[in-house]
Amino acid sequence: MNIHEYQAKAVLKDFGAPVADGVAIFSADEAEAAAKQLPGPLWVVKTQIHAGGRGKGKFKELPADAKGGVRLAFSLDEVTAHAKDMLGNTLVTKQTGEAGKVVNRLYIEDGADIERELYLSILVDRTVGRPAFVVSTEGGMDIEAVAEETPEKIITLPIDPETGVTEADAARLCDALALDGAARQDGMTLFPILHKAFVEKDMSLLEVNPLIVMKDGRLRVLDAKVSFDGNAMFRHPDIMELRDITEEDAKEIEASKHDLAYVALDGDIGCMVNGAGLAMATMDIIKLYGAEPANFLDVGGGASKEKVTAAFKIITSDPNVKGILVNIFGGIMRCDVIAEGVVAAVKEVGLQVPLVVRLEGTNVELGKKIINESGLNVIAADDLDDAAQKIVKAVKG
Amino acid sequence: MSILVNKDTKIIVQGLTGKTGTFHTEQALEYYGTKMVAGVHPKKGGETWGSVESAAQLPIFASVGEAREATGADASVIYVPPAGAGAAIIEAIDAEVPFIVCITEGIPVADMVKVKAKLDKSGSRLLGPNCPGILTPEECKIGIMPGSIFKKGSVGVVSRSGTLTYEAVFQTTNAGLGQTTAVGIGGDPVKGTEFIDVLEMFLADDETESIIMIGEIGGSAEEDAAQFLIDEAKKGRKKPTAGFIAGRTAPPGRTMGHAGAVISGGKGGAEDKTAAMEAAGIRVSPSPAKLGETLLEALKG
Repeated sequence: MNIHEYQAKAVLKDFGAPVADGVAIFSADEAEAAAKQLPGPLWVVKTQIHAGGRGKGKFKELPADAKGGVRLAFSLDEVTAHAKDMLGNTLVTKQTGEAGKVVNRLYIEDGADIERELYLSILVDRTVGRPAFVVSTEGGMDIEAVAEETPEKIITLPIDPETGVTEADAARLCDALALDGAARQDGMTLFPILHKAFVEKDMSLLEVNPLIVMKDGRLRVLDAKVSFDGNAMFRHPDIMELRDITEEDAKEIEASKHDLAYVALDGDIGCMVNGAGLAMATMDIIKLYGAEPANFLDVGGGASKEKVTAAFKIITSDPNVKGILVNIFGGIMRCDVIAEGVVAAVKEVGLQVPLVVRLEGTNVELGKKIINESGLNVIAADDLDDAAQKIVKAVKG
Repeated sequence: MSILVNKDTKIIVQGLTGKTGTFHTEQALEYYGTKMVAGVHPKKGGETWGSVESAAQLPIFASVGEAREATGADASVIYVPPAGAGAAIIEAIDAEVPFIVCITEGIPVADMVKVKAKLDKSGSRLLGPNCPGILTPEECKIGIMPGSIFKKGSVGVVSRSGTLTYEAVFQTTNAGLGQTTAVGIGGDPVKGTEFIDVLEMFLADDETESIIMIGEIGGSAEEDAAQFLIDEAKKGRKKPTAGFIAGRTAPPGRTMGHAGAVISGGKGGAEDKTAAMEAAGIRVSPSPAKLGETLLEALKG
């Protein structure tokens, strides 16, 4: 689960991290009052969307030479002008895709005098199974580009979960970022704070890019991107309240209500599969035969008839879907349960597109019988290969 | 031979009394009499679990330690729900269970970080979590794999995905090869047993004549495994191997069901993994429907 920058900064501030003062607004009318709460004379007006690359982003509705999604303002009037310019418009960045994202929230922040820009993130390093700091002196830019061009400038430091960030760890991070004086003192306290926030709030990613050294020598978290481990949200009701569903795909929200793993994609063949690996492989084989999947959908191991019906409805609600492939290899998942769910869903919502069903595994004969006796216009497939070819042929002709 | 489990493996069940635990324990008992010896429930110690399908009964103990002491079990399977599964694994590690299989999906990563730290200092082996378990045909079934598709034979199967394990098993059964053991290592980013551990065991097992390895996007376990196979081949240890990587069409930055299946920071994509596996002499099938066929080709050399 992702949250906005201003929310991430509030979370980090609670743990004692140095962030600038700022105010979030939802309409341009609030801009002046918000800016007046800050000292000035420099304000930063930042779009709040769940995607990076905002500064270099372009607004769809504005002229090509208009400024991006992060702007400096030197007066209260300028703050309001930027707010009017950005709110309600669509920002396209390299992370949003061509469709872009509508800007519903802005964050107005106290400006900072920047001396140096650094990069810092914490994530779980899966090779060692521990949270690890990733730091670089090359902050403020795309870290993937740094990794590509100058990998030696990126330093990774895994943290022992039993000790947390030790003095030696913090000192190593200070050295890696070439911090001295006041900045080094700040670093020695900041690094353990960030690690504590990461662990206690079950974050999956904490990225500060940039972390800045200001002209007065102090450190500040200038930008913050935080994602949380969805599996741990049952123990963080406070974080769940920060969820902004306007940032999420409506079909994905519906899927999450039914505990279905669903990812919307751009193609035209809807898929319903059991198991994440098989669901990915089903997308792959559709592509192999020359078509594109409309979604990833794993109904899971222990799906009920109701869950299967909900999954089917989500797939058919996507106007791009020109055909549906149901691919089930029953282990825990019984084929008769899937068959009953599909039949119930089709009876409820109708079937406007070709449907290919491949069933294998537990109770397969019973499942096939239910489908055959339903009277529905279903194309039966013998195996995965056959199923993929049949649905692609049905859609492409 | 087989790896990790055989007809003598004695298994206790953590989470036996729940619906999932009960269902799969019934299935295991039916599968060539897999030796399920006890259940564990903190509040139901002293009670007895009775099968609905047969006359089988299992004693329930209040802790893994007690269950192990009373039964001499050498393995434990965990069906405990996600919030308590991390603690259940740690309990099994503390009770020095040699082989722990965790089926549970959705355990918070932070809990697995704690488990991993503990596991590294112990003598226990963990399989999973978020895995289908392990099955040695006609001998022992731990977990949720459908026994009916297996056949005793010569292929070692190792996979990050449950249902793709079934595809590989089904196709090798249909090809007449059968399996020595099928191992699902699971789809989580922080886990116990990795590809390398299982490949080492398959290379050492005389009856395993060929291997199918199924990976997916995310992380670098497939690349590490490929390097391991290259190093072992230099020592003369080599078996015909077919492979598949799921997620060729997955968009970067999106988690595809499995918590570990995500391409991040330009890393963990299917192309890199496929290239690494091919460099190690693995025949990578472009289609999940052609695993059996691809392995037959690899066997012809």
